[in-house]
Amino acid sequence: MQTLITTHNLTKRFGDFTAVDAISFEVGKGEIFGFLGANGAGKTTAMRMLTGLSHPTSGEASVAGFDVYRQPEMIKRHIGYMSQKFSLYEDLTILENLRFFGGVYGLSRRQIKEKSAALVEQLGLEEVAKKLTGSLPLGWKQKLAFSLALFHDPQIVFLDEPTGGVDPITRRQFWEMIYAAADRGVTVFVTTHYMDEAEYCDRISIMVDGKIAALDSPAGIKTKLGVQSMNDAFYQLARGAQRSE
Amino acid sequence: MKPFLAFVKKEIYHILRDRRTLLILFGMPIIQVLIFGYAVTNEFRGASIAVLDQAQDELSTDLQRHLVASGHFAIIEQVDNVSDIESAFQKGKIKMAVVIPPDFSQDFYHRKKAVVQVLSDGSDPNTASTLLNYVTNMVNQFQVRKSQAPPLPLQINIESRLVYNPELKSVYMFVPGVTALILMLVSAMMTALTLAKEKELGTMELLLVSPLHPFLIIVGKVTPYVFLALINAIFILALGVFVFGVPIKGSLLLLLGLCLLFILTALALGILISTKTDTQQAAMLTSLMMLMMPTMLLSGFIFPVESMPRLLQWISTIIPAKYFIILLKDVMLKGSGIELILWEVMVLGIMTLFFLVVSLKNFKIRLA
Amino acid sequence: MRTILLIIQKELLQVFRNKAMLPLLTVIPVVQLILLSFAASNEVKDIALSVVDHDHSSYSRLLLQKMTASGYFKLQQYADHHDQAERSLQTDEVDMVLEIPNGFERDLLRQKTADLQLLVNAINGSKGGLAGAYAAQVIQNFNQEIIADVVPMIGTLPATPRLDIQYSNWYNPTLDYKTFMVPGILGTLVTIIVMILTAMNIVREKEIGTIEQLNVTPIKKYQFILGKLLPFLFIGLFDLAIGLVAGKLIFDIPMVGSLGLVFAFCVVNLIVVLGIGLLISTMADTQQQAMFVAWFFMMIFILMSGLFTPIESMPKWAQYFTYPNPIAHFVEVMRRVLLKGSTFADIQWQFAVMTVLAITFSSLAMLTYRKTT
Repeated sequence: MQTLITTHNLTKRFGDFTAVDAISFEVGKGEIFGFLGANGAGKTTAMRMLTGLSHPTSGEASVAGFDVYRQPEMIKRHIGYMSQKFSLYEDLTILENLRFFGGVYGLSRRQIKEKSAALVEQLGLEEVAKKLTGSLPLGWKQKLAFSLALFHDPQIVFLDEPTGGVDPITRRQFWEMIYAAADRGVTVFVTTHYMDEAEYCDRISIMVDGKIAALDSPAGIKTKLGVQSMNDAFYQLARGAQRSE
Repeated sequence: MKPFLAFVKKEIYHILRDRRTLLILFGMPIIQVLIFGYAVTNEFRGASIAVLDQAQDELSTDLQRHLVASGHFAIIEQVDNVSDIESAFQKGKIKMAVVIPPDFSQDFYHRKKAVVQVLSDGSDPNTASTLLNYVTNMVNQFQVRKSQAPPLPLQINIESRLVYNPELKSVYMFVPGVTALILMLVSAMMTALTLAKEKELGTMELLLVSPLHPFLIIVGKVTPYVFLALINAIFILALGVFVFGVPIKGSLLLLLGLCLLFILTALALGILISTKTDTQQAAMLTSLMMLMMPTMLLSGFIFPVESMPRLLQWISTIIPAKYFIILLKDVMLKGSGIELILWEVMVLGIMTLFFLVVSLKNFKIRLA
Repeated sequence: MRTILLIIQKELLQVFRNKAMLPLLTVIPVVQLILLSFAASNEVKDIALSVVDHDHSSYSRLLLQKMTASGYFKLQQYADHHDQAERSLQTDEVDMVLEIPNGFERDLLRQKTADLQLLVNAINGSKGGLAGAYAAQVIQNFNQEIIADVVPMIGTLPATPRLDIQYSNWYNPTLDYKTFMVPGILGTLVTIIVMILTAMNIVREKEIGTIEQLNVTPIKKYQFILGKLLPFLFIGLFDLAIGLVAGKLIFDIPMVGSLGLVFAFCVVNLIVVLGIGLLISTMADTQQQAMFVAWFFMMIFILMSGLFTPIESMPKWAQYFTYPNPIAHFVEVMRRVLLKGSTFADIQWQFAVMTVLAITFSSLAMLTYRKTT
């Protein structure tokens, strides 16, 4: 299997505070990699380093074959990103957002047009395609943000708590979309707080105090810790955390 | 009373903890006063002029020397023709040009009449008027000296006295203005902003469910700002007096009393604005548009109200800062006592009451 | 190139979609231009005069008539005695007191000299100075006339040489104060609007979180900065254009010089301002902060721009502070080119300074904006 993300002792310090402490892991092509941890465990910081938003303090990492120190801009060409906070332009319409971000990633006008039409149809957004994004309900916004992260056919997509605050039905649909993307060979790197979602991942890592406390398939982790559910596994690992909120 | 005091204390903590805002609150007035005191001035200093001397004789050289000796002018350029003057105007090098005709001394001594031509840059009208006035005086003096005639009979001597500000210092104007502006900023704008912030953060709800009367809560919130503003006022006045030599001719106590009155007016305005706005952004914009701009432009701070068109003069009568600036000038510079300023004090008092009543009313409507 | 166009398109869409913003960019600048031009007047006219006439002679009446006829003064009060007049001066009822002593006419005719007393409220130094000067001018003219009238009656004098002044005010013959103020105010307004808009722009994207989404895209820094600069440059130029039209139509401002030159300078000026605005925006964390900082700088820029008070009146050290002040240069250039017809050669220096500033601030903005922290 082709490896798309590699990290080795990747570390980020803010002054005296070590947010991410020497983490090492690999993620393969088409894999759904779950990134778990309590609030403040360092998930988002780790993800920001991998997406080229933040410089690591030490350690090594490469994403899609590019080095995070030397080629962050090359990485950005090959990844999609969906942040915790809805960050499409609410004062632009759905189509305008697609046109803007598609163009920024260098898609041609024709590609944008065709892909937009397909996307709008697939999500059933025909009625609202020309409405301001801000007027959509949250669930739709999240699906739109995810589709946009995949719009330029990246090799990897990073999702930072993509399903925060949405209802169970929408969450279900959202995971169907994730699976569909993984089937097309897209690597999915996702952080979440929902343990049922963790079960959907091929492999998960659980971060505690900036370190990776466990890294395996969901079943593997449960067996190793001798617990019945992911909830128990998480609780057992995160209990000893120093800096959870 | 005790819950009320606890409340005031909490507000003081808020203020003291926000270092950046504190820095702005105290740094801004100081910088403003310094800028106004040192840099922003209408005081006239030597202007650069050009001379086109077509005579090149003893008398014309004398006249030039006489002009320079006055200290009002610095001749920076001797030009050869009128088009050079034009170009010097366009380059912004000179403000005025003096043209001395050929046969200057011939005209003066033999024909008994010579004409000096003065060209000024009218694009800056006040400078042009002032310069023309200076040059007229200088030329008249020169004439008297050179003609060696007994002084003309029937002379009217003008004994002119510039009262209240004999040295024509700009800072006399600006200290009262800056005081008004800063008190407006601290009292009205900051009050409106803090109240809006509580609303935005939702903490206002929390306070409103407390057993204190809602209006008392507002009063508690703004009380610390009274002190803050008063300290600021004392700061500015002290800078004016000790650094720039602005006098305080009237009673200091009266002066501080007036500052307090204006602070109350401004606070009332701030409360009024906050009852009408829900976000900090809106409070900020409203304060800037409705308070700061009029205070700067229509209060007589920088521009004399009398020179404005009627409509603006009418508008200026509802600007509280206008009255405060008049009061400050009267007490500081003219030494007026309370009996001379009753009218302005009354106007401010009535305005304050009016703002409070309206905001109380708005407040009740909101609660209901 | 395409990326830059995309950003420009996006910014413009956002600006024009914002209902609160549109009037702020179109109508309000014009209203402000009009209002400010009327309000910001240092013109001295209608000086309220109190007269204490102890003489009640034909000369004293003639003098008063001359004073009011000059157009500078309005007779506010006939005071019976000095104290009353001085009290009016104190309560701001009048700006100036003219006291004509008893025997003014008699002294003039007999003793050949007479005294007049003038009290001027000089709290507003420039106004007081001008008022005193105007009064002196009127009195001097009056004096000349009397001499011309009386001298022939008492016999001829030995002819003494006279030196007369013939004056003319170029560029603004009637010394209209608005002609002076409108170009400067317009320049200042355009600068302020653009500065506020840009200062709030990037920080707004920070606050709502969209900047993250942009930062993970392969947009290059220069594309991002240019894409942000250009829309506001257009808006600034558009505001300048409507301001100039309003200035022409409403105030009949002369436009002697080349408008192309004005616009060219405006472009350089706006690049400086945009650089400063973007710099503030990338450094600030909240819109509130950006607003405070922008306001603070603008206040200093405006006060020390020469818009209201001449730069030449400042002390030398303060004059150096006007070099990096875009508003100071823009006000100066607007006035010179529009009113006096200065050409490129006349304002080279301003162009040079602004170009240096433009390069400095946009590189600083480019450097401080980081896609990766």
